[in-house]
Amino acid sequence: MADFCMPSLGAEMTDGKLVEWLVHPGDTVKRGDIIAVVETDKAALEVEVWQDGVVEELLVGEGLKVPVGTALARLGEVGAVVVPTPTAPTPAAPEPVAPEPVLDRQPAGVAAADGHPPHVRGPIARHRADELGLDLSRVPGTGPGGVITRHDVEAAAQVRARPRVSPYARRRAAERGIDLAALAGTGPGGAVLAVDVPMAAAAAAAVSPPTPPVPAPTPAEAMRAAIARAMARSKREIPHYYLGTQVDLTDTLAWLDARNGDRPPAERVLPAVLELKAVALALRGHPDLNGFWVDDAFVPATSIDIGVAIALRTGGLVAPAIHATDTLDLDALMSALRDLVRRCRSSRIRASEATGATLTVTNLGDLGVETVLGVIYPPQVALVGFGRAVPRPWVVDGAVVPRTVVDLTLAADHRQTDGHLGARFLGRVAELLRTPEDL
Amino acid sequence: MNTTLSIVVAAIQSIAPEVDESDLVPGARLQEDLDLDSMDFLDVITELAIRTGVEIPERDYPQLATVQGCVDYLAGLTATV
Repeated sequence: MADFCMPSLGAEMTDGKLVEWLVHPGDTVKRGDIIAVVETDKAALEVEVWQDGVVEELLVGEGLKVPVGTALARLGEVGAVVVPTPTAPTPAAPEPVAPEPVLDRQPAGVAAADGHPPHVRGPIARHRADELGLDLSRVPGTGPGGVITRHDVEAAAQVRARPRVSPYARRRAAERGIDLAALAGTGPGGAVLAVDVPMAAAAAAAVSPPTPPVPAPTPAEAMRAAIARAMARSKREIPHYYLGTQVDLTDTLAWLDARNGDRPPAERVLPAVLELKAVALALRGHPDLNGFWVDDAFVPATSIDIGVAIALRTGGLVAPAIHATDTLDLDALMSALRDLVRRCRSSRIRASEATGATLTVTNLGDLGVETVLGVIYPPQVALVGFGRAVPRPWVVDGAVVPRTVVDLTLAADHRQTDGHLGARFLGRVAELLRTPEDL
Repeated sequence: MNTTLSIVVAAIQSIAPEVDESDLVPGARLQEDLDLDSMDFLDVITELAIRTGVEIPERDYPQLATVQGCVDYLAGLTATV
């Protein structure tokens, strides 16, 4: 038996809204099945389950916003007897967000959902937990792959300092403008349960003035806020260094034109696909740029999952990952990119795509921009930028000739790598781009 | 009257439903004014191929930079067929 928890779908995600359940109690699920749709500040995401089992109970109703790590459903083993339970209540209106993680219903945090002990990143998180006397098995991890970071430990310590309140009780109290601290809990260890709230409501209503409603942010506002948090964190924490080079793409683009030649439009490949593939292949030889910076140390990624920055015409930006980018041939990569762009625009991105990009590529060439000096998306450690390929006077064999040239740039985290390594990496990307038949 | 125009508008709207209908004027540039990126543009070309049977080669892309350009290009081809 295990809990399916609200996953962390990005470094800056603190909570998510359970938009839709795609399973019912009694359903058998397999590892990798998409079982729920969760909305974050950035997008609606399809969330996969990471173990086989039977859905015993849905703990959180559709429309509810809960902190990362909150148990959403209880899973039993296949073949076990399932006691039918009613589905969780669905509230009539969107609920206010609990401002901090609620630990009441999460016996083992994110990592325990697959039956493994929680994965704690680095001595700092562990040491801090010891100092605070926290049980790490009860701390939800928000780092890559559900690892517990120092920040998670601090957040859990803050929660512990507050009265224990069930999520439902917190919601009812918020609806009625009741101060939770004034309630006497009847649950285990004095925890405040939902039943404690209505009893106090009548008394409280007489004395507390109704809280003025705070208008909920629009999706565009929420996305803006999420981008603001991530980018502010990046510029606050990451000492960026920047490198740039120019790559003569004349022969590469001629090769691609010939390749696309007689193909119907649906089978043509964009230059951006060559760029993605070249970056992915170059990363094979430069694993120091492929991974995450977590708690003062680098965690290398086990696969090359390039994040693609995709602007939304409705405002904002997403950078979902294409898994194992380096293993896809050009046609498969083109299909993956087309599929990703379409689903981003219709807000149907899978959770495993929204998280875990190991390096991001941004291409602003469509807008006529020639050079991109990017901002790294934390906790990644590098971002590669491409501008517009433009005709320029270029020296070939001692003569000035017109060639089509693109600006290739790297923004990288100086805590993890130095300019020397970054330069070698960019040189490798350029080399690969000039030999497209090897991509 | 202009069925070619309605085909072009429908193709663009199928790829970019969030584009404001009032922006879909004949002079609108697909990239600069309607904010289509190169993937969207290729998808529009693909849609036009599906809807008209005309498979537009890459070298003709510049002629399709505006809504009117798409209409003229398709009208020219279908008129001679």
